[in-house]
Amino acid sequence: MRRLNASLIAGGVIVGGIVLMALVSFVWTPYDATLVDPASRLAQPSWEHWFGTDKFGRDVLSQIMVGSRTTLFVGVVAVGVAAVIGVPLGVLAAMVRRWPSELIMRANDLLLAFPALLLAIMFGAVFGASTLTAMVAIGIASVPSFARVIRSGALQVMRTEYVLAARAAGRQPLPIALRHVLPNVTSLITVQASVSFAIAVLAEAALSFLGYGTPPPTPSWGRMLQESQEFLFTAPRLAVFPGVAIAIAVLGFNLLGDGLRDRFDPKLEDRR
Amino acid sequence: MILRLIERTAVLLVSLAVSSVLVFGFMAVLPGDPARVALGVNASDEAVAELRRQFGLDRPLPVQYVDWLGGLLRGDLGTSYVSKVAIGPQVFDRLQVTLILVVAGMIIALLLAAPAGTVMAARHRRLSGFALSALSQVGVAVPAFLAGILLIMVFAVKLGWLPANGWTPPAEDPGMFLRQLVLPALSLGLVQGAVLTRYVRSAVLDVLREDYLRTARAKGLRPFPALWRHGLRNAAVPVVTVLGLQLATLLIGAVVVERVFVIPGLGSLLLDGVSNRDLLLVQDVVMVLVVAVLLVNFLVDLLYVALDPRLRTGAR
Amino acid sequence: MSAVAAPDDVLSVRGLNVTVRDTVLVADVDLTVGPGERVGLIGESGSGKSLTALSILGLLPDDVVADGSIRLAGVGPDLVGTDEKTLSRIRGRDLAMVFQEPMTALNPTMRIGDQIAEVMLIHQTRSGRAAARAAAAELLERVQLPPDLLRAYPHQLSGGQRQRVVLAIALANDPALLICDEPTTALDVTVQALVLDLIVSGVRERSSALLFITHDLAVVATVCDRVLVMYGGRVVESGPITTLFTTPRHRYTQGLLAASNLEPHDAPTASDFADGAYPDSGSGDVAPSSRTRSRRLTTIPGTVPAAGHFPSGCVFRNRCAHATDVCATTPPWTGTATHGYACHHPAGAQDA
Repeated sequence: MRRLNASLIAGGVIVGGIVLMALVSFVWTPYDATLVDPASRLAQPSWEHWFGTDKFGRDVLSQIMVGSRTTLFVGVVAVGVAAVIGVPLGVLAAMVRRWPSELIMRANDLLLAFPALLLAIMFGAVFGASTLTAMVAIGIASVPSFARVIRSGALQVMRTEYVLAARAAGRQPLPIALRHVLPNVTSLITVQASVSFAIAVLAEAALSFLGYGTPPPTPSWGRMLQESQEFLFTAPRLAVFPGVAIAIAVLGFNLLGDGLRDRFDPKLEDRR
Repeated sequence: MILRLIERTAVLLVSLAVSSVLVFGFMAVLPGDPARVALGVNASDEAVAELRRQFGLDRPLPVQYVDWLGGLLRGDLGTSYVSKVAIGPQVFDRLQVTLILVVAGMIIALLLAAPAGTVMAARHRRLSGFALSALSQVGVAVPAFLAGILLIMVFAVKLGWLPANGWTPPAEDPGMFLRQLVLPALSLGLVQGAVLTRYVRSAVLDVLREDYLRTARAKGLRPFPALWRHGLRNAAVPVVTVLGLQLATLLIGAVVVERVFVIPGLGSLLLDGVSNRDLLLVQDVVMVLVVAVLLVNFLVDLLYVALDPRLRTGAR
Repeated sequence: MSAVAAPDDVLSVRGLNVTVRDTVLVADVDLTVGPGERVGLIGESGSGKSLTALSILGLLPDDVVADGSIRLAGVGPDLVGTDEKTLSRIRGRDLAMVFQEPMTALNPTMRIGDQIAEVMLIHQTRSGRAAARAAAAELLERVQLPPDLLRAYPHQLSGGQRQRVVLAIALANDPALLICDEPTTALDVTVQALVLDLIVSGVRERSSALLFITHDLAVVATVCDRVLVMYGGRVVESGPITTLFTTPRHRYTQGLLAASNLEPHDAPTASDFADGAYPDSGSGDVAPSSRTRSRRLTTIPGTVPAAGHFPSGCVFRNRCAHATDVCATTPPWTGTATHGYACHHPAGAQDA
């Protein structure tokens, strides 16, 4: 009898919903998300504009829908960068001898002193603010946690009988890494990817809020929040919609990560 | 124990040295010349050359690096290429503001997380534990700046209880200082508290399963006193690690929250530096933040040893 | 005082059931320990012996529930269903326990001396901190540890030393009953004898009663006067050590004793059920090849079923060579409370 994995289901539904929303926004949104309509500035939510309009008369719902594309895009690239660098680094650190491994992990720890936001602001200062710099900075900042998690998983695999047998049989390190280690840490990679995705969504929102993320006119939830700030007294809903969108997206990826972790390792079920 | 202290100190020093090279190197290799960046594209070549000479930017990079590092060690962060003002005093002024904010946020987070996490662990099979757990999950998903905006909406706009933004030094007007501190500190603290709660919960859950807690019960301690006397210190070890990492997150989170609440902290100095193309200022602030993060990690390591006697003998 | 228990019994357990949700883990256990008596509780892992001990202490895990009656001499209420406050006054004072795993039983962040003194301070059996510390030093000496270990932390001690500290904590308040749950299983063979010796001399000096839980027949023979055999959450046989070891009546006890000797034997062995199937699921007949082998370690056929999967009636019938249809009904208890068995086809009656 299997216990219902509520986190996995809830996370899956939320993430699925966001992906669906992003896909739909390619073919249909209620309005053009960037369409400026001075006639209906700061409109209240109504049948025409479900979520109302912003200071330029742009439809908020359409912007939220298109903004989900930005969120997912940044997340995918950032997590991709982090995984492509972090996973091999983690596996390497688990497989090489003592001191090179120590060196990798120390460098890794050092990188932890540069959080995503700081790195992204530095990148922004140097290369100018853009979605690309934000993504790369967030990705690089997520490398250490990937490497750390994968290394501990890979270390466990390295101690298993079948890897010992493969090593005893004289197999080269690379085939061992590809054939034994990597397949056995995929569950860890999935969990970490989901957790990192949530962090990337948060970081992108914060960066766009500060003006170092996605530049206008591309809609972004973080920038919508920033633009809403001057209307906190008159039209607070402008902050609520993107705010809720960000929180739900982060919640979805966190729940998905938790659910996946429980699924792969039921022993940990009670812990998180 | 002495050995561990020496080892940790060595790691700290090496990390500091390497990160200073990283920060300097990153700023040095960037496309474009800091003097040109500072003066703008319309500046004449002569003016740029003059600025380069004035600030020693025409010297070889290693010389510039040693010069910068020497300055840092003496507490001299150099002079801004843009405003021509000494950077050090500004940074230390702003650092105080940010530190007040971060420490206040951390205290709120701890006050929230320690009891909430413990209750969640002790009641993890009951509805109340589940409800708190779900609540913390939502809390984790809300970024600090969003929490700040929501808090402003409720407590400043709707209820009018607290000022929406601004900053008053504590020496100037303690009452106003506190009133203005509440909302930004809460927005940092609530979110970090939610994250921390989950770690406290998992640490306490682990401790609750420990045999020594059963021994404590078998001695005649009731559940809560047993957890208090035997569990707290053991649960603190993993929580302190997270606390260290969180202080780093808070420091950076403060950058954004300062923007929301218009607080003149290190974060706003950094952002101003970026928008004014004041690269030396950016370089200095980044370095100060990195040093702060590394120092916190170092202190956490020492705290471990104080908490867990097993680490004192070197044998793990 | 209780009307059920004889007034001079230190511990009297009647009709104890332990359940988790709908699964019965311990069923209808009766158990009596007289003053100064040393009673053994033996059985394989999963037989319910540790749960019985934890029920007496009132320290069952969260969703595990006990019912029945557990009475301790000199304590008013029934321990089953008593509030935590009352139980906590009894634990560590009238009732003490030594657990199986010494490596994790002590708090790693607290000095040994403080951990021993604590149990006396909780129950205020010494006049103050200084007196408790002095008593702790004395207790250490009684378990043959140097008093300077008072300032040590658990990780600086070996497993055997830690178990002696746990014993010192358990004996600190001269309990009426000491429960030891496999106290030497996790220890090196070389220190097992010492710890057993310290347990026995410790309870003798204090005239405490002892409930000693183990799966090791040799250990139980050296420590105890009387023994109860548990299988599948039930007490299947009990009696004085010598009688029970020489003339076992229950077929499980018989198998257990046989398994502890290296003797030729023609009963089916565990390997005949290597696929893990229980004999009653269709594999009752035994491959003849295994019978022809001689001189191998005898084991009881089959494996101990998982909790809640024991057969109805006699819990041992699916592994018993003598089982018949009547074994589908729960065998009645034959004999007295302290000496008897629950078996339809007892050994020595008429051979099957």
